[in-house]
Amino acid sequence: MTTSPTALERFLNGILPENPVYRQLLGMCPTLAVTAAMKPALTMVAATAFVLICANLVTSVIRSFLKPHLRILVFTLTIATFVTIADRLLAAFAYPMSQQLGPYVPLIIVNCMIICRCEVCASKQGPLTALADAAGNSLGFLLALGSVATVREILGMGSWFGLPVLPEAFPRFVLMVMPPGAFLTLGVLLAATTAFQQLRDRRRTPAEEAGADSASPELERAS
Amino acid sequence: MELFADLLLIAVGAALINNFVLTYFVGICPFLGVSRRLDMALGMGFAVTFVISVAALLSWTLTEFVLRPGAPLPSMVWRAVAGESADGAMDLSILSYIVYIFVIASSVQFVELYVRKFFPALYKSFGVFLPLITTNCAILFGCLEVMKHVHSREWGLAESMTMAIFGGLGFTLAIVLMAGIREELDLSDVPRAFRGAAITMVTACILALAFMGFTGVGANVRDALLGAEAVEAVIEDAGPGDTAKSLGTTEPRPRD
Repeated sequence: MTTSPTALERFLNGILPENPVYRQLLGMCPTLAVTAAMKPALTMVAATAFVLICANLVTSVIRSFLKPHLRILVFTLTIATFVTIADRLLAAFAYPMSQQLGPYVPLIIVNCMIICRCEVCASKQGPLTALADAAGNSLGFLLALGSVATVREILGMGSWFGLPVLPEAFPRFVLMVMPPGAFLTLGVLLAATTAFQQLRDRRRTPAEEAGADSASPELERAS
Repeated sequence: MELFADLLLIAVGAALINNFVLTYFVGICPFLGVSRRLDMALGMGFAVTFVISVAALLSWTLTEFVLRPGAPLPSMVWRAVAGESADGAMDLSILSYIVYIFVIASSVQFVELYVRKFFPALYKSFGVFLPLITTNCAILFGCLEVMKHVHSREWGLAESMTMAIFGGLGFTLAIVLMAGIREELDLSDVPRAFRGAAITMVTACILALAFMGFTGVGANVRDALLGAEAVEAVIEDAGPGDTAKSLGTTEPRPRD
């Protein structure tokens, strides 16, 4: 890479083109675990965003002092510190939610998304870019968790944010709020994003893509 | 017998009923990344089992003696520093997460050295996934489970180690099953959009459905182990009203 992306590019890339969950398959653990309903999902996003923004800022500020072989350790310790702060804050001001999220708040420490952003962006670029990068990726994370939680809560409990949206007569698909439903929802949504991307690629270069398809299906990009 | 039954319940619970991957969703990264070939999945599973056991042993020791509220070591230090009259209850649990991640990182370093020295072929095939065990949620999750139960004074070392080892074996079981399915999946005609991670997720959904069949096994195991006299004792303790409730419990009772 010769030129680093600017702050705006970082911000926009994090939302859709390099969405942490759908595109990079990072942070799958919270995406599957806390998305049975919207409220825990959004609390999780808020906690992760707080940690991501703080960790990115700190890493970016101290980036010139980082030794290459110690950087992962420094990232992890920075993240662990902010996760402790987030966890204590959550326990102090939203105790029931903190109990409901259980081990998944401390598990933010090992969320690959945050280490990835520290490594890719914050350890190379200035605080402003790092802030934009963290904000963009948090928005992307919000989109991902929000979409999964929306599908699961509406199908599983017939409500959204606890408000009823489906008529009483509509059967509740209880499996969706249980573990298998998480895997199923994320799998189908991943396939939907891939299909959408393929459709857009084909529209952009209709002739080449169609020719390649009919000639040699084996040569397709193995995604 | 009581202890043995508790340990067996914890083992079955950690490996099958509440499988780390399929119920708690921890360790999804290697579950997706390393489950392409059976031998690699098996190696990864055993590496994780080993690291999680070492990390659980260390984190139990640290939690019991240093980190839990009222732990002996900091209280002793505090009394030595502040004099006998000082209130001895120290609580260092706020440092738990930082200490655990340190413990895990060191254990992974240790395993990496060991594998590189004695299994060079396996080391090469793991590639980047071996250091990534540090950020494997399953291991931190194991430490956090140990922390939770040590704080509430329910688990000793035996229970913690049982949970860690069988949790790791449950992870191995899940990832090996997945690898077996994915080797077959390579030969089948998957819709274009589903190729890659999406079909793996849907497969994991079916695996998770299968593992839901283990729900309720715990209560039966306990009844079978403790035999008729224990069941009668429970009935006498509880009175006729809530017999069904106390027999249906799957949680091991806290030991004092």
